[in-house]
Amino acid sequence: MRKTVQELLLVENTQLNHDNFRLVLQSESELPPIYPGQFVNVEIKKASEIFLRRPFSILDIDPAKKQFSLLVKILGRGSKVLTTYEAGDKISVIYPLGNGFKMPEPTDKVLLIGGGSGVAPMLFLSKVCGLNTDQVHVLLGARSDKDHVDISAYKANGNFYFTTEDGSLGEKGFVTNHPVYKSKLSEFDKVYTCGPNPMMKAVAADAAKAGVFCEVSLENMMACGFGVCLCCVEKTTSGHKCVCTDGPVFNINDLTWQI
Amino acid sequence: MTASGTCGFGQEIADFVDLSKLGGVVMKGTTLKHREGNDYPRMAETPSGMLNAVGLQNKGVDNFVKNIYPTIKDVDSNFIVNVNGSTIEEYVELTERINELDKIPAIELNISCPNVKEGGMAFGVSCPSAEAVVKAVRAVYSKPLIVKLSPNVTNIAEIAKAVEGQGADSVSLVNTFLGMAVDAESRKPVLSTITGGLSGPAIKPIALRMVWQVAQAVKVPVIGMGGIMNATDAIEFMLAGATAVQVGTAIFIDPTIPLQIVDGINDYLERHKFSSVNEIIGALQV
Repeated sequence: MRKTVQELLLVENTQLNHDNFRLVLQSESELPPIYPGQFVNVEIKKASEIFLRRPFSILDIDPAKKQFSLLVKILGRGSKVLTTYEAGDKISVIYPLGNGFKMPEPTDKVLLIGGGSGVAPMLFLSKVCGLNTDQVHVLLGARSDKDHVDISAYKANGNFYFTTEDGSLGEKGFVTNHPVYKSKLSEFDKVYTCGPNPMMKAVAADAAKAGVFCEVSLENMMACGFGVCLCCVEKTTSGHKCVCTDGPVFNINDLTWQI
Repeated sequence: MTASGTCGFGQEIADFVDLSKLGGVVMKGTTLKHREGNDYPRMAETPSGMLNAVGLQNKGVDNFVKNIYPTIKDVDSNFIVNVNGSTIEEYVELTERINELDKIPAIELNISCPNVKEGGMAFGVSCPSAEAVVKAVRAVYSKPLIVKLSPNVTNIAEIAKAVEGQGADSVSLVNTFLGMAVDAESRKPVLSTITGGLSGPAIKPIALRMVWQVAQAVKVPVIGMGGIMNATDAIEFMLAGATAVQVGTAIFIDPTIPLQIVDGINDYLERHKFSSVNEIIGALQV
Protein backbone atom coordinates (compact mmCIF):
# COMPACT_ATOMS: atom_id res chain seq x y z
CA MET A 1 0.00 0.00 0.00
CA ARG A 2 1.42 3.34 -1.02
CA LYS A 3 2.18 5.79 1.79
CA THR A 4 2.11 9.50 1.13
CA VAL A 5 2.95 12.83 2.72
CA GLN A 6 0.00 15.14 2.19
CA GLU A 7 -1.17 18.54 3.33
CA LEU A 8 -4.71 17.80 4.46
CA LEU A 9 -7.48 20.24 5.21
CA LEU A 10 -8.85 20.19 8.73
CA VAL A 11 -12.61 20.38 8.24
CA GLU A 12 -13.72 19.82 11.81
CA ASN A 13 -12.26 19.92 15.31
CA THR A 14 -14.83 18.90 17.90
CA GLN A 15 -14.17 18.69 21.60
CA LEU A 16 -15.65 15.41 22.84
CA ASN A 17 -14.87 15.75 26.52
CA HIS A 18 -12.35 17.52 28.75
CA ASP A 19 -9.31 16.07 26.98
CA ASN A 20 -10.52 14.31 23.82
CA PHE A 21 -11.05 15.91 20.43
CA ARG A 22 -12.16 14.58 17.08
CA LEU A 23 -10.27 16.02 14.13
CA VAL A 24 -11.66 15.41 10.66
CA LEU A 25 -9.14 15.73 7.83
CA GLN A 26 -9.93 15.94 4.15
CA SER A 27 -7.73 14.99 1.23
CA GLU A 28 -7.90 16.53 -2.24
CA SER A 29 -7.46 13.10 -3.77
CA GLU A 30 -9.18 9.78 -3.21
CA LEU A 31 -8.31 8.20 0.11
CA PRO A 32 -6.11 5.12 -0.09
CA PRO A 33 -7.57 1.99 1.50
CA ILE A 34 -7.40 2.46 5.28
CA TYR A 35 -7.99 -0.30 7.82
CA PRO A 36 -8.71 -0.30 11.56
CA GLY A 37 -5.45 -0.30 13.50
CA GLN A 38 -3.61 1.84 10.99
CA PHE A 39 -2.30 5.23 12.00
CA VAL A 40 -1.07 8.56 10.68
CA ASN A 41 1.95 10.65 11.62
CA VAL A 42 1.06 14.31 12.05
CA GLU A 43 3.32 17.34 11.84
CA ILE A 44 2.44 19.90 14.50
CA LYS A 45 3.92 23.01 12.92
CA LYS A 46 2.15 25.43 15.24
CA ALA A 47 4.48 24.33 18.01
CA SER A 48 7.95 25.06 16.66
CA GLU A 49 9.57 23.37 19.67
CA ILE A 50 8.06 20.05 18.66
CA PHE A 51 10.56 18.44 16.33
CA LEU A 52 9.07 15.07 15.46
CA ARG A 53 5.65 14.16 14.14
CA ARG A 54 3.10 12.60 16.47
CA PRO A 55 1.34 9.33 15.64
CA PHE A 56 -2.45 8.99 16.00
CA SER A 57 -4.76 6.06 15.36
CA ILE A 58 -7.42 6.48 12.74
CA LEU A 59 -10.88 6.76 14.31
CA ASP A 60 -12.98 6.54 11.19
CA ILE A 61 -13.04 7.04 7.44
CA ASP A 62 -15.51 8.54 5.00
CA PRO A 63 -14.16 7.69 1.53
CA ALA A 64 -17.06 9.44 -0.23
CA LYS A 65 -16.03 12.75 1.34
CA LYS A 66 -12.29 11.89 1.10
CA GLN A 67 -12.18 12.33 4.87
CA PHE A 68 -10.87 10.46 7.86
CA SER A 69 -10.94 11.34 11.53
CA LEU A 70 -8.58 11.10 14.45
CA LEU A 71 -9.30 10.89 18.15
CA VAL A 72 -6.79 13.20 19.80
CA LYS A 73 -6.40 12.79 23.54
CA ILE A 74 -4.29 15.44 25.23
CA LEU A 75 -1.29 13.61 26.63
CA GLY A 76 1.52 16.10 26.15
CA ARG A 77 2.52 19.28 24.40
CA GLY A 78 2.13 17.85 20.88
CA SER A 79 -1.40 16.57 21.26
CA LYS A 80 -2.37 19.70 23.18
CA VAL A 81 -1.26 22.02 20.40
CA LEU A 82 -2.89 19.81 17.77
CA THR A 83 -6.24 20.28 19.50
CA THR A 84 -5.93 24.06 19.00
CA TYR A 85 -6.02 23.73 15.20
CA GLU A 86 -9.14 25.13 13.61
CA ALA A 87 -11.26 24.15 10.63
CA GLY A 88 -9.59 25.53 7.53
CA ASP A 89 -6.05 24.86 8.79
CA LYS A 90 -3.76 22.65 6.73
CA ILE A 91 -1.97 19.78 8.47
CA SER A 92 0.84 17.70 7.02
CA VAL A 93 0.13 14.02 7.49
CA ILE A 94 2.02 10.86 6.50
CA TYR A 95 -0.45 8.03 5.97
CA PRO A 96 -1.68 5.33 5.97
CA LEU A 97 0.89 3.71 8.26
CA GLY A 98 1.20 0.29 9.85
CA ASN A 99 -0.90 -2.83 9.56
CA GLY A 100 -4.46 -3.19 10.69
CA PHE A 101 -6.14 -5.88 12.74
CA LYS A 102 -6.78 -9.31 11.26
CA MET A 103 -10.43 -9.15 10.33
CA PRO A 104 -12.79 -11.63 12.00
CA GLU A 105 -14.46 -14.50 10.15
CA PRO A 106 -18.22 -14.10 9.48
CA THR A 107 -19.00 -16.59 12.23
CA ASP A 108 -16.68 -15.09 14.84
CA LYS A 109 -17.78 -13.59 18.12
CA VAL A 110 -15.42 -10.76 18.95
CA LEU A 111 -14.52 -8.63 21.96
CA LEU A 112 -12.96 -5.23 21.40
CA ILE A 113 -11.31 -3.69 24.47
CA GLY A 114 -10.23 -0.07 24.46
CA GLY A 115 -8.80 2.34 26.98
CA GLY A 116 -7.48 5.89 26.72
CA SER A 117 -6.65 6.91 23.17
CA GLY A 118 -6.85 3.19 22.31
CA VAL A 119 -10.59 3.65 22.04
CA ALA A 120 -10.17 5.07 18.52
CA PRO A 121 -9.10 1.93 16.63
CA MET A 122 -11.65 -0.14 18.57
CA LEU A 123 -14.51 2.10 17.43
CA PHE A 124 -13.24 1.96 13.84
CA LEU A 125 -12.92 -1.81 14.07
CA SER A 126 -16.45 -2.14 15.48
CA LYS A 127 -17.70 -0.34 12.42
CA VAL A 128 -15.93 -2.32 9.73
CA CYS A 129 -15.57 -5.82 11.10
CA GLY A 130 -18.71 -6.68 9.19
CA LEU A 131 -20.42 -8.90 11.75
CA ASN A 132 -23.94 -9.02 13.10
CA THR A 133 -24.21 -6.78 16.11
CA ASP A 134 -24.82 -9.70 18.46
CA GLN A 135 -21.34 -10.94 17.65
CA VAL A 136 -19.56 -7.64 18.34
CA HIS A 137 -18.89 -6.67 21.95
CA VAL A 138 -17.02 -3.48 22.76
CA LEU A 139 -15.67 -2.91 26.25
CA LEU A 140 -14.31 0.55 26.99
CA GLY A 141 -12.53 1.54 30.17
CA ALA A 142 -11.67 4.93 31.65
CA ARG A 143 -10.95 6.53 35.00
CA SER A 144 -14.29 8.25 35.25
CA ASP A 145 -17.50 9.03 33.36
CA LYS A 146 -16.02 12.34 32.20
CA ASP A 147 -13.12 10.51 30.52
CA HIS A 148 -15.38 8.43 28.27
CA VAL A 149 -16.22 9.80 24.83
CA ASP A 150 -19.68 9.73 23.29
CA ILE A 151 -19.95 6.55 21.24
CA SER A 152 -23.51 7.05 20.02
CA ALA A 153 -22.38 7.12 16.38
CA TYR A 154 -20.99 3.60 16.83
CA LYS A 155 -23.66 2.12 19.07
CA ALA A 156 -25.39 0.27 16.23
CA ASN A 157 -22.19 -1.66 15.52
CA GLY A 158 -22.41 -3.90 18.56
CA ASN A 159 -22.96 -4.22 22.28
CA PHE A 160 -21.15 -1.60 24.29
CA TYR A 161 -19.99 -1.95 27.89
CA PHE A 162 -18.21 0.54 30.08
CA THR A 163 -16.04 0.46 33.14
CA THR A 164 -14.79 3.33 35.26
CA GLU A 165 -12.31 3.23 38.08
CA ASP A 166 -14.59 5.38 40.24
CA GLY A 167 -17.81 3.63 39.27
CA SER A 168 -19.35 6.77 37.76
CA LEU A 169 -20.28 4.91 34.56
CA GLY A 170 -20.84 1.22 33.99
CA GLU A 171 -19.00 -1.34 36.04
CA LYS A 172 -16.62 -0.11 38.72
CA GLY A 173 -12.99 -1.06 38.20
CA PHE A 174 -10.84 -1.96 35.20
CA VAL A 175 -12.01 -3.55 31.96
CA THR A 176 -10.81 -6.87 33.34
CA ASN A 177 -13.39 -6.56 36.14
CA HIS A 178 -16.37 -6.38 33.79
CA PRO A 179 -18.68 -9.44 33.76
CA VAL A 180 -18.61 -9.70 29.95
CA TYR A 181 -14.86 -10.12 30.25
CA LYS A 182 -14.49 -11.96 33.55
CA SER A 183 -16.91 -14.77 33.03
CA LYS A 184 -17.07 -15.06 29.27
CA LEU A 185 -13.64 -14.41 27.75
CA SER A 186 -13.27 -17.97 26.49
CA GLU A 187 -16.57 -17.64 24.59
CA PHE A 188 -15.00 -15.18 22.19
CA ASP A 189 -13.24 -16.23 19.01
CA LYS A 190 -11.17 -13.11 18.78
CA VAL A 191 -10.15 -10.44 21.28
CA TYR A 192 -8.68 -7.13 20.11
CA THR A 193 -7.28 -4.49 22.41
CA CYS A 194 -5.65 -1.09 22.31
CA GLY A 195 -4.84 1.13 25.27
CA PRO A 196 -2.40 1.52 28.13
CA ASN A 197 0.22 -1.25 28.28
CA PRO A 198 -0.83 -2.59 31.72
CA MET A 199 -4.38 -3.02 30.39
CA MET A 200 -3.22 -4.76 27.21
CA LYS A 201 -0.86 -7.01 29.16
CA ALA A 202 -3.66 -8.04 31.54
CA VAL A 203 -5.93 -8.81 28.59
CA ALA A 204 -3.15 -10.66 26.76
CA ALA A 205 -2.44 -12.79 29.83
CA ASP A 206 -6.09 -13.78 30.24
CA ALA A 207 -6.57 -14.40 26.51
CA ALA A 208 -3.45 -16.57 26.43
CA LYS A 209 -4.72 -18.53 29.43
CA ALA A 210 -8.12 -18.97 27.79
CA GLY A 211 -6.53 -19.92 24.49
CA VAL A 212 -8.32 -17.13 22.64
CA PHE A 213 -6.92 -15.38 19.57
CA CYS A 214 -5.79 -11.94 20.71
CA GLU A 215 -4.28 -8.97 18.94
CA VAL A 216 -2.90 -5.88 20.65
CA SER A 217 -2.04 -2.52 19.13
CA LEU A 218 1.15 -1.01 20.55
CA GLU A 219 2.08 2.63 20.93
CA ASN A 220 5.88 2.60 21.25
CA MET A 221 7.61 5.95 20.77
CA MET A 222 8.68 6.47 17.19
CA ALA A 223 10.45 9.07 15.11
CA CYS A 224 9.52 8.30 11.49
CA GLY A 225 6.49 5.99 11.40
CA PHE A 226 7.52 4.25 8.19
CA GLY A 227 10.30 1.89 9.18
CA VAL A 228 13.56 3.74 8.74
CA CYS A 229 14.54 5.07 12.18
CA LEU A 230 14.21 1.68 13.92
CA CYS A 231 13.39 3.43 17.20
CA CYS A 232 9.94 1.98 18.01
CA VAL A 233 11.06 -1.63 18.25
CA GLU A 234 9.27 -4.28 20.30
CA LYS A 235 10.87 -7.56 21.27
CA THR A 236 9.12 -10.41 19.50
CA THR A 237 9.70 -14.13 19.18
CA SER A 238 11.59 -13.33 15.98
CA GLY A 239 13.68 -10.46 17.36
CA HIS A 240 13.15 -6.72 17.37
CA LYS A 241 10.28 -5.62 15.15
CA CYS A 242 9.25 -2.08 14.28
CA VAL A 243 5.88 -1.18 15.77
CA CYS A 244 5.33 1.24 12.88
CA THR A 245 5.77 -1.20 9.98
CA ASP A 246 5.57 -4.71 11.46
CA GLY A 247 2.78 -3.53 13.80
CA PRO A 248 1.30 -1.60 15.44
CA VAL A 249 -0.99 -4.63 15.66
CA PHE A 250 0.67 -7.79 16.97
CA ASN A 251 -0.69 -11.21 17.80
CA ILE A 252 0.13 -11.86 21.46
CA ASN A 253 1.80 -15.13 20.47
CA ASP A 254 4.46 -13.14 18.64
CA LEU A 255 5.33 -10.95 21.64
CA THR A 256 7.70 -11.78 24.46
CA TRP A 257 5.61 -10.22 27.22
CA GLN A 258 6.00 -11.95 30.57
CA ILE A 259 2.33 -12.81 30.93
CA MET B 1 22.33 11.68 -0.66
CA THR B 2 20.33 10.18 2.12
CA ALA B 3 22.31 9.48 5.28
CA SER B 4 22.85 6.03 6.67
CA GLY B 5 20.30 4.88 9.22
CA THR B 6 17.61 7.24 8.00
CA CYS B 7 16.37 5.59 4.81
CA GLY B 8 16.64 1.85 5.43
CA PHE B 9 17.92 0.28 2.22
CA GLY B 10 16.14 2.78 0.01
CA GLN B 11 12.99 0.79 -0.67
CA GLU B 12 11.49 1.98 2.60
CA ILE B 13 11.27 5.52 1.22
CA ALA B 14 10.52 4.59 -2.38
CA ASP B 15 6.81 5.38 -1.83
CA PHE B 16 7.80 8.98 -1.22
CA VAL B 17 10.77 9.68 -3.49
CA ASP B 18 12.08 8.66 -6.87
CA LEU B 19 15.41 7.20 -5.75
CA SER B 20 16.95 7.83 -9.16
CA LYS B 21 16.70 11.57 -8.53
CA LEU B 22 18.97 11.35 -5.50
CA GLY B 23 22.74 11.55 -5.69
CA GLY B 24 22.86 8.38 -3.69
CA VAL B 25 21.38 6.31 -0.94
CA VAL B 26 23.68 5.45 1.95
CA MET B 27 22.03 2.39 3.37
CA LYS B 28 21.48 1.32 6.96
CA GLY B 29 24.71 0.35 8.74
CA THR B 30 25.61 -3.22 7.91
CA THR B 31 27.68 -5.67 9.94
CA LEU B 32 29.04 -9.15 9.24
CA LYS B 33 26.59 -10.81 11.58
CA HIS B 34 22.97 -10.11 12.47
CA ARG B 35 22.62 -7.51 15.24
CA GLU B 36 19.48 -7.05 17.32
CA GLY B 37 20.49 -3.54 18.33
CA ASN B 38 19.84 -2.00 21.73
CA ASP B 39 16.77 -2.39 23.90
CA TYR B 40 13.79 -0.06 23.68
CA PRO B 41 13.58 2.87 24.42
CA ARG B 42 16.03 3.93 21.76
CA MET B 43 14.86 7.43 21.00
CA ALA B 44 14.36 10.70 22.80
CA GLU B 45 13.07 13.88 21.27
CA THR B 46 15.22 16.84 22.30
CA PRO B 47 15.12 20.56 21.48
CA SER B 48 15.49 20.85 17.68
CA GLY B 49 16.61 17.28 17.39
CA MET B 50 16.59 13.78 18.73
CA LEU B 51 18.79 11.19 20.38
CA ASN B 52 18.92 7.68 19.04
CA ALA B 53 20.49 4.55 20.42
CA VAL B 54 19.52 2.02 17.78
CA GLY B 55 22.88 0.24 17.96
CA LEU B 56 23.30 -0.88 14.35
CA GLN B 57 20.31 -3.20 14.24
CA ASN B 58 20.62 -5.08 10.96
CA LYS B 59 20.32 -8.61 9.64
CA GLY B 60 23.94 -8.98 8.64
CA VAL B 61 25.77 -9.12 5.33
CA ASP B 62 24.46 -12.54 4.26
CA ASN B 63 20.93 -11.22 4.40
CA PHE B 64 22.01 -8.07 2.57
CA VAL B 65 23.60 -10.03 -0.27
CA LYS B 66 20.76 -12.52 -0.54
CA ASN B 67 17.65 -10.44 0.11
CA ILE B 68 18.42 -6.74 -0.23
CA TYR B 69 20.96 -6.50 -3.03
CA PRO B 70 18.71 -8.22 -5.61
CA THR B 71 15.99 -5.65 -4.93
CA ILE B 72 18.25 -2.63 -5.45
CA LYS B 73 20.78 -3.69 -8.05
CA ASP B 74 18.61 -2.63 -10.95
CA VAL B 75 17.36 0.60 -9.41
CA ASP B 76 18.95 3.63 -11.01
CA SER B 77 20.69 5.22 -8.03
CA ASN B 78 23.99 4.97 -6.16
CA PHE B 79 23.47 2.54 -3.30
CA ILE B 80 26.33 2.91 -0.86
CA VAL B 81 26.89 0.36 1.90
CA ASN B 82 27.68 1.74 5.36
CA VAL B 83 30.29 -0.71 6.67
CA ASN B 84 30.66 -1.43 10.40
CA GLY B 85 32.75 -3.76 12.51
CA SER B 86 33.87 -4.53 16.04
CA THR B 87 37.40 -5.34 14.89
CA ILE B 88 39.58 -4.42 11.93
CA GLU B 89 39.24 -7.98 10.69
CA GLU B 90 35.45 -7.62 10.64
CA TYR B 91 35.65 -4.36 8.66
CA VAL B 92 37.95 -6.05 6.14
CA GLU B 93 35.87 -9.20 5.78
CA LEU B 94 32.66 -7.22 5.33
CA THR B 95 34.31 -4.93 2.79
CA GLU B 96 35.49 -7.96 0.82
CA ARG B 97 31.94 -9.27 0.72
CA ILE B 98 30.61 -5.93 -0.51
CA ASN B 99 33.42 -5.66 -3.05
CA GLU B 100 31.95 -8.67 -4.84
CA LEU B 101 28.75 -6.76 -5.56
CA ASP B 102 29.07 -5.01 -8.93
CA LYS B 103 26.27 -2.50 -8.41
CA ILE B 104 27.60 -1.09 -5.15
CA PRO B 105 29.72 1.84 -6.38
CA ALA B 106 31.25 2.81 -3.02
CA ILE B 107 31.32 2.08 0.68
CA GLU B 108 31.07 4.42 3.63
CA LEU B 109 33.33 3.15 6.38
CA ASN B 110 31.58 3.93 9.64
CA ILE B 111 34.17 4.53 12.34
CA SER B 112 31.84 6.77 14.28
CA CYS B 113 28.76 4.94 15.55
CA PRO B 114 28.31 6.07 19.18
CA ASN B 115 25.80 3.36 20.07
CA VAL B 116 27.77 0.13 20.05
CA LYS B 117 29.93 -1.24 22.83
CA GLU B 118 32.72 -2.59 20.66
CA GLY B 119 34.28 -0.97 17.62
CA GLY B 120 32.20 1.79 16.07
CA MET B 121 33.22 5.17 17.38
CA ALA B 122 36.25 3.74 19.18
CA PHE B 123 38.03 3.55 15.82
CA GLY B 124 37.19 7.09 14.90
CA VAL B 125 38.37 9.01 17.93
CA SER B 126 42.11 8.60 17.57
CA CYS B 127 44.40 9.00 14.57
CA PRO B 128 46.26 5.68 14.97
CA SER B 129 43.10 3.55 15.21
CA ALA B 130 41.40 5.43 12.37
CA GLU B 131 44.50 5.02 10.24
CA ALA B 132 44.74 1.32 11.00
CA VAL B 133 41.19 0.49 9.95
CA VAL B 134 41.28 2.65 6.82
CA LYS B 135 44.63 1.20 5.78
CA ALA B 136 43.36 -2.37 6.17
CA VAL B 137 40.15 -1.71 4.25
CA ARG B 138 41.93 0.28 1.54
CA ALA B 139 44.14 -2.72 0.89
CA VAL B 140 41.14 -4.84 -0.14
CA TYR B 141 38.88 -2.24 -1.75
CA SER B 142 39.68 -0.28 -4.86
CA LYS B 143 36.35 1.44 -5.45
CA PRO B 144 35.57 4.81 -3.82
CA LEU B 145 36.09 4.63 -0.06
CA ILE B 146 34.25 7.20 2.04
CA VAL B 147 35.13 7.38 5.73
CA LYS B 148 32.42 8.64 8.07
CA LEU B 149 33.91 10.67 10.89
CA SER B 150 32.86 11.15 14.48
CA PRO B 151 32.38 14.66 15.84
CA ASN B 152 33.15 13.39 19.34
CA VAL B 153 36.82 14.30 19.03
CA THR B 154 39.06 17.19 20.00
CA ASN B 155 40.28 17.88 16.48
CA ILE B 156 38.27 16.37 13.64
CA ALA B 157 40.55 17.86 10.97
CA GLU B 158 43.46 15.76 12.30
CA ILE B 159 41.39 12.59 12.02
CA ALA B 160 40.33 13.59 8.50
CA LYS B 161 43.94 14.15 7.49
CA ALA B 162 44.93 10.83 9.01
CA VAL B 163 42.37 8.83 7.02
CA GLU B 164 43.18 10.79 3.88
CA GLY B 165 46.78 9.77 4.41
CA GLN B 166 45.73 6.12 4.35
CA GLY B 167 43.97 6.47 1.03
CA ALA B 168 40.40 7.48 1.86
CA ASP B 169 38.77 8.93 -1.27
CA SER B 170 36.35 11.06 0.69
CA VAL B 171 35.30 11.85 4.24
CA SER B 172 31.70 12.25 5.38
CA LEU B 173 30.90 14.18 8.52
CA VAL B 174 29.43 14.41 11.00
CA ASN B 175 27.98 11.33 12.62
CA THR B 176 25.88 12.01 15.72
CA PHE B 177 27.10 13.74 18.86
CA LEU B 178 27.13 11.70 22.04
CA GLY B 179 24.38 13.01 24.28
CA MET B 180 21.83 11.96 26.85
CA ALA B 181 18.34 12.68 28.08
CA VAL B 182 16.99 12.39 31.60
CA ASP B 183 13.40 11.96 32.75
CA ALA B 184 13.26 14.16 35.84
CA GLU B 185 9.96 12.70 37.05
CA SER B 186 11.15 9.09 37.10
CA ARG B 187 14.77 10.10 37.79
CA LYS B 188 15.84 7.69 35.07
CA PRO B 189 17.65 8.04 31.75
CA VAL B 190 15.25 8.13 28.79
CA LEU B 191 17.36 5.77 26.67
CA SER B 192 17.99 2.15 27.61
CA THR B 193 21.67 2.76 26.88
CA ILE B 194 21.75 6.00 28.95
CA THR B 195 23.63 7.83 26.19
CA GLY B 196 22.82 8.11 22.50
CA GLY B 197 23.60 10.03 19.34
CA LEU B 198 22.21 13.53 18.89
CA SER B 199 21.08 14.61 15.42
CA GLY B 200 18.88 17.25 13.85
CA PRO B 201 19.09 21.05 13.53
CA ALA B 202 20.47 21.27 17.09
CA ILE B 203 23.85 20.09 15.80
CA LYS B 204 23.94 22.04 12.55
CA PRO B 205 26.18 24.93 13.59
CA ILE B 206 28.76 22.55 15.05
CA ALA B 207 28.60 20.23 12.05
CA LEU B 208 29.01 23.21 9.74
CA ARG B 209 32.06 24.39 11.67
CA MET B 210 33.59 20.91 11.46
CA VAL B 211 32.94 20.62 7.72
CA TRP B 212 34.58 24.01 7.27
CA GLN B 213 37.65 22.95 9.28
CA VAL B 214 37.98 19.60 7.52
CA ALA B 215 37.52 21.13 4.06
CA GLN B 216 40.45 23.45 4.85
CA ALA B 217 42.59 20.52 5.96
CA VAL B 218 42.11 17.84 3.30
CA LYS B 219 42.23 17.62 -0.48
CA VAL B 220 39.68 14.81 -0.87
CA PRO B 221 35.99 15.67 -1.30
CA VAL B 222 34.07 16.30 1.90
CA ILE B 223 30.49 15.10 2.30
CA GLY B 224 28.72 17.34 4.79
CA MET B 225 25.85 16.44 7.07
CA GLY B 226 24.36 17.35 10.41
CA GLY B 227 20.91 18.85 10.82
CA ILE B 228 20.25 19.67 7.17
CA MET B 229 16.49 20.30 6.91
CA ASN B 230 16.22 22.28 3.68
CA ALA B 231 18.08 23.51 0.60
CA THR B 232 19.46 26.58 2.38
CA ASP B 233 21.07 24.36 5.02
CA ALA B 234 22.56 22.18 2.27
CA ILE B 235 23.93 25.21 0.42
CA GLU B 236 25.53 26.47 3.64
CA PHE B 237 27.43 23.19 3.96
CA MET B 238 28.53 23.41 0.33
CA LEU B 239 29.70 26.98 0.74
CA ALA B 240 31.69 25.79 3.76
CA GLY B 241 33.43 23.26 1.54
CA ALA B 242 31.22 20.20 1.20
CA THR B 243 31.22 18.66 -2.29
CA ALA B 244 28.05 16.76 -1.47
CA VAL B 245 25.63 16.59 1.44
CA GLN B 246 23.69 13.89 3.20
CA VAL B 247 20.25 14.39 4.64
CA GLY B 248 19.31 12.24 7.60
CA THR B 249 17.01 13.08 10.45
CA ALA B 250 14.95 15.39 8.21
CA ILE B 251 13.70 12.26 6.44
CA PHE B 252 11.93 11.22 9.65
CA ILE B 253 9.96 14.46 9.53
CA ASP B 254 9.30 14.38 5.81
CA PRO B 255 10.81 11.77 3.47
CA THR B 256 10.29 14.08 0.50
CA ILE B 257 12.79 16.62 1.90
CA PRO B 258 15.83 15.18 0.04
CA LEU B 259 14.18 15.86 -3.33
CA GLN B 260 12.96 19.26 -2.18
CA ILE B 261 16.61 20.02 -1.41
CA VAL B 262 17.73 18.95 -4.89
CA ASP B 263 15.17 21.33 -6.41
CA GLY B 264 16.05 24.08 -3.95
CA ILE B 265 19.75 23.90 -4.79
CA ASN B 266 18.92 24.23 -8.49
CA ASP B 267 16.73 27.25 -7.77
CA TYR B 268 19.55 28.83 -5.78
CA LEU B 269 22.07 28.29 -8.57
CA GLU B 270 19.69 29.84 -11.08
CA ARG B 271 18.87 32.78 -8.84
CA HIS B 272 22.56 33.53 -8.25
CA LYS B 273 23.46 32.81 -11.88
CA PHE B 274 25.87 29.97 -11.19
CA SER B 275 26.33 27.63 -14.13
CA SER B 276 27.36 24.65 -12.03
CA VAL B 277 26.99 23.45 -8.47
CA ASN B 278 30.79 23.19 -8.37
CA GLU B 279 30.93 26.99 -8.27
CA ILE B 280 29.44 27.11 -4.78
CA ILE B 281 31.64 24.43 -3.20
CA GLY B 282 33.91 26.18 -0.74
CA ALA B 283 32.79 29.54 -2.11
CA LEU B 284 32.35 31.06 1.32
CA GLN B 285 33.64 34.63 1.23
CA VAL B 286 35.65 35.25 4.38
